[in-house]
This record gives sequence, C-alpha cells and structure tokens, in this order.
Amino acid sequence: MTFVGWSQIVILLTLVTLGSLVLGKYMAAVFTNKPTVLAPIVGPLERSINRLAGVSLDGQSWQAYALAMLAFNAVGFVVLYGLMRLQGILPLNPQGFAAVSEALSFNTAMSFVTNTNWQAYAGESTMSHFVQMAGFTVHNFLSAATGIALAVAFTRAFARSSASTIGNFWDDLVKSTLYVLLPLSIIVALAYMALGIPQTLQGSVVATTLEGVQQTISFGPIASQEAIKQLGTNGGGFLNANSAHPFENPSAWSNYLSIFAMLVVSGAMPFMFGNMVGDKRQGRALFITMGIFIVVGTGLVYWAETAGNPIIQALGVDPSLGNMEGKELRFGQAMSALFVVATTGLSCGAVNAMHSSLTPLGGLVPLFMIQLGEVLPGGVGSGLYGILVIAVLTVFIAGLMVGRTPDYLGKKIEAKEMKLAMLALLILPLVILGFSAVSAMLPAALSSLANAGPHGLTEILYAYSSAAGNNGSAFAGLNANTDWYNVTLGISMFLGRFAYIVPMLAIAGSLAAKTKVPASSGSFPTHGTMFIALLTGVILILGGLQYFPSLALSPIVEHFQMLGGQTF
Amino acid sequence: MLSYLRPAFLMLIIMTLLTGLAYPLAITGIGQLAFSNQANGSAIALNNKVVGSELIGQAWSSDKYFWGRPSAAGKGYDAAASSGSNLGPTSKALMERIMADVKKLNPSNGANPLPADAVTASASGLDPHISPAFALLQIARIAKSRGIAEPQLSALVATHIENPVLGIFGEPRINVLLLNLALDGLTSPNG
Repeated sequence: MTFVGWSQIVILLTLVTLGSLVLGKYMAAVFTNKPTVLAPIVGPLERSINRLAGVSLDGQSWQAYALAMLAFNAVGFVVLYGLMRLQGILPLNPQGFAAVSEALSFNTAMSFVTNTNWQAYAGESTMSHFVQMAGFTVHNFLSAATGIALAVAFTRAFARSSASTIGNFWDDLVKSTLYVLLPLSIIVALAYMALGIPQTLQGSVVATTLEGVQQTISFGPIASQEAIKQLGTNGGGFLNANSAHPFENPSAWSNYLSIFAMLVVSGAMPFMFGNMVGDKRQGRALFITMGIFIVVGTGLVYWAETAGNPIIQALGVDPSLGNMEGKELRFGQAMSALFVVATTGLSCGAVNAMHSSLTPLGGLVPLFMIQLGEVLPGGVGSGLYGILVIAVLTVFIAGLMVGRTPDYLGKKIEAKEMKLAMLALLILPLVILGFSAVSAMLPAALSSLANAGPHGLTEILYAYSSAAGNNGSAFAGLNANTDWYNVTLGISMFLGRFAYIVPMLAIAGSLAAKTKVPASSGSFPTHGTMFIALLTGVILILGGLQYFPSLALSPIVEHFQMLGGQTF
Repeated sequence: MLSYLRPAFLMLIIMTLLTGLAYPLAITGIGQLAFSNQANGSAIALNNKVVGSELIGQAWSSDKYFWGRPSAAGKGYDAAASSGSNLGPTSKALMERIMADVKKLNPSNGANPLPADAVTASASGLDPHISPAFALLQIARIAKSRGIAEPQLSALVATHIENPVLGIFGEPRINVLLLNLALDGLTSPNG
C-alpha cells in the first residue's frame, strides 16, 4: 500500500460524496414534483410519453404499484427473450451471430431484467449490436429505473402519514429515466468517447501487426452502453472482459470516471431519502454506514493484493507490483481494489480485475460484500430499500433491548412489518446456500469448475451469491453456460429480486397507512453514532451468522493453504 | 391484469425507441463527428495500413520487438475473445505457466526476480502496457538481434514511460505497440 494509492482512493470517495449530495437533493426535487433545471426541456417529453403509453398517474396502493411493476418487468422479460431467440433474422448483426440458445436466453433475459447482468456468454462473440442496443441497453435503463422507483415508493411510506397510496409506478419509472439516468448517461458517454471508448455500428476492424500477423479487433456501440452500465449499477459489459477490456476502460481516467459513475446514483439515494422524509440527518447516517464498509473493504483488498501471493513470489517474481494475475497495468492496485469493493458493495458487478485470480482474502471481501445484502451502498434504488429493511430490523432489536415499542421516523414497527422484513431477508441465504449445496454435490455442476480445491467451492458460492444478490460479477473460472447453471442461476436472480421486492412493498404499504407520531424523549434517535454503530453491527452479524461456515470452507481455508504453499 | 399489461407493453416500446435506439444512435453520430479517432477504435496506421489499435495489446514473438504480458485471450491477444486466465491463487496450472515463463525470461535477467507483469496474464488478455522494468529487461535481447547499442534502447524506453498524472493518477507504464513502432523508426534507414 502506498500514500499515492490511498490518495487516489480518498480523492475519489470525496468526489463521490459531493456528487451524491447534489444529486440526492436534485432527485428529491424530481420525485416531489418541485421545479428542476431540466423540467423545461424534459417536461414536455415526459407528458407525451405518459399520454402515448396511456397510463394513469393517480396514486396507487402498494398492491397496484407492485402489479404495475411486475407486469412491466414480465413484458420486458418476454420481449428480451424473444430478441435473443430471433437474433439471426434481426438487423444490425454485422458479425452474423445466430440465435442464442433457450437456456442462455432465459438466463440472460432474467439477468438484465433483474438488474443483475450476470453474463454466461462472451459479448463480442455472441450478441449482435441490435440485441446489445435495443435489448441490453434498454434494460440497463429500465431495471435501474425500476429500482429507483421502488426506493422512492418505500421512502414515501416514511414521508407520508395515514396514507393509502405510495405513489405511481409509471410516473416514478418515467421520471427516473428522463430526469436522472438518461441525462447522466449522455454526459458520461460523451466523456467516455473523449477518453477513447469506441462508438460505432461496425463489428470489427482487422489489423496486420508489425510482425505480419492478422488481429481481428471487435468493437461496436460501446460508449453508450458503458455509460448506463456503470450509472445504473448494471455491470453487463459489451465485451467479455468487461471494464478490464481496454475498449470499455482505456485509461486511469476512464477508470476513475467508471468508479465515480457506478457509485454516485446509489450514493445519492440516502440523501434523497433524507430530503424527502424532511430530516437530512437520517440520510446522512445511512450514507456513513455504507461508507464505512466501502473504506474498510477497500483497505482489506488493497492490503491483500499488494501483499501478493507467496507461491508466485517463490518462483522468482518481484513482489513490488503485488498480485498482477488478472489485473491491468494501467489501473494499479489501489484503483483495482476500490473497483472490486465498489462493484460488489453496489449491486453493479462490472469488473476491472478478474475476481477469480484475486488472493483468497482479496476474493473473500467482494464475496462477503455481496452476501451482506447489496446494501453498501447497493444497486440504484435496491440499495436504499435494502438498507431500510435492515434499519427497521435494527430499531426493532434496539427496542427489544430497552423494552419499548420500536419506531423508525415516527412509524411504529410492529409484528406485521417484522414478519415481512424477515421474509425478505431470508430469501438470499436460502437461495445462495441451497443452490450452492446442491451444486457442490452434483457431478454435472462440478464439471464446470476450472479450479480445484477450496477455490472451486468459492466459484460456486460466488456464482449463486452474485445471482441472488443481483450483482452479476463472477469468479469466472466457472463455466456457467450450461443448462444447470443457466436455469438455476436464472431462478436465483428472479427470487433475489422479486421475492424481495414484494414483501418490501407490503411493508411500505403497511407503514404508509400508519399515522406519524412525533418523536418523544423515549424514541431511539436514528441519526447519531449509536444508530450507525448498531446498524453496522446488525449488517455484519446477519451476514456473518448466515455465511461464515461456508466462507471458512472456501476463501479462508484457501488463504492458509496459500501461505503453506499448497496448490491444487 | 390486462389493464396493467397494455400500458406495460406500450411503455416498453416507447422506452426501447428512446433508450435503445435514439440514445445510442445519437451518441454514435456525435462520436463519429467529434471523436472519430476514438469512436473507431483508436487505430494506428502505417503507410495507410492499420497495424493495430493504440489501446489493444498484441502478440509479439520476434526477438526484434518488445514483448507484452502473457495473455489468456483466445490463443493469446485474440481481440475478438477477451479474457483473463481466471486461475486462482492456489492453482497448479497457474504455477506451471508462471514457471515456464520465468524459465523463458530468466537467461536475460540472471538471477534477479522478474517484474510481476512479465509472467502474469492481464484481466482482459489485451493489456497494451508493460512496466518499465519489464521493458528494460528485454533490451539486451533486442540490442543483440538488431545490432543497436543498449544505451540507445534504454533512452528510447525512457522516453516512452507514461508517468502518473500529477504524480497520483495511474501507474508508470509503457505502451508496447508505440514503443515497437518507435523501435522500427530507429533502424528503418538501414533496413
């Protein structure tokens, strides 16, 4: 670790904090229908879209909100599946790719609709420009907008008193896209092109090297997809190597911008929350909790990766650059470490280093960040409603300790909310550990492993964590393009997204209906150090209790085997 | 339910037109006009022929050129099949590969430890850069095969080191294709 490395990290996180503050305030104005700078330009477009789609903008109950969201995602899934199956006869296919198989289309459609962007395929050799643009880029916008909409609805449950509605899904969806994601994407895409990311409708260029060898270089409309891929915490790359590919991330600057872009919208969500519930300190407390995990996690990965791998060093390799297997020289260890932690603390899943080749402890951190529930700061929107569910649990535990009825922001937390919160929280471990256990015993599943020993178990565990947590990054030694993994990972993504959202919306409906009671001397303050410490503790204890046994058998044991010089 | 499906379907079509066609096509138009070099892959042409992209690493095997890092993209630097090795830290296959590369490079390095980038595969398999230490390590071999004095090569390497901006952002590195083009420029008058 170096001073320069830490300077890069600190400067970037400071910029993210400032950006989040500004964006959070702006988003609060957008979703409370206050005038904003973009309203004169975007307003007319917004009204025509709503008119064309024929949607009513009246307030919806939580059930109506959930049905609209589910219907929209179901239609999106079916159409995306169809686009991939019909790829061969659709336009903009310069490389002439054939239709995508049923299992892979199912997996990929589920992946993009759920904001996971798990990719069991290599983009440059599988998907046409048409599918990438009209399919993937669209769902990069829509799955992110769906997440923001849900977070806004959940926020209204705390902001409103004795209300029967939590907002309108269509209104929130269109506003998220037009006022937040699209303008930011245009700015970032332009910057990306200036920094070297290609944007063309051609499929590839053939070069003849100085040694006379032919090199076919694949590209396409990458900058436009890359921008929303990072901003929407989607993470599905145009090319197989994702943000490690020089065409997705050509320089130290583009890397800086990529990390900023993936953090800033999720970082803005707690500030938006604070503004909307009328107490900015509440949002700040959530933001600080998220920040603690990012900083500590980055420190751990940075330390583990610069310490490197003693087995490799013993072969006569200079340890000064750290562990360079699976890393690009232009980013360096500090900015690779921050990327690893940001992409898994978020539910982004873009990678600028191959997670499978990280040292065991360097790989443990991203795996555990995903398992902690993708709330640090989590996907756009999903991070906010995720951490609010845990915050509700935290005030409940605090209430038990002192023997009072717990409340959060003046809303009494009772048996019904707790049951629903537990239901949502139990989905992830059930899916992750259940499918991992089956895969670890199934010969068809084990034949996909590229690494033997504990690293193989990590590959399986990481795949299901990434899918259920809607992250999408991978320990890519695992060949996931098999029927078993395509189908089970697709189911994991579905459950991780929708089986979480529905109880969460039910909590929102139940809380919105309650009357806000003013804080009394007996209320537990949820903006101070005590609450931040409790919330941090609950996140760690929940994650630790659920996953520590499986982690002990995978990265932790591998760490000691690496120190002992054992290979598999 | 139909009352939900109809707006859902219409909304999807509108959003596809806006974010899936209008947005990427508009960005493509701006890119082709304002950033035509970058938008078309930062290609480098020599005598009107494309010899590569500044951003994409290439496979080098001749003793006359600087080599890049090991690559797991296809059969090596396949720019239509980017990939890392994805081998884990306790993988026997990884150690065997590194051992073979150490053996290949060691004659030019004596008993000194090798720079890590010389024997590790990058994440994309297309890393266009090497560390200054790895470049210096290759000077003796290139000097011998081209008949150029070593100090001249060291000076060439030194001018190609890209340093961190403001001393903070990025890592010191050398673009292999640009260095090799300059190398050909040194000797082209004599063939």
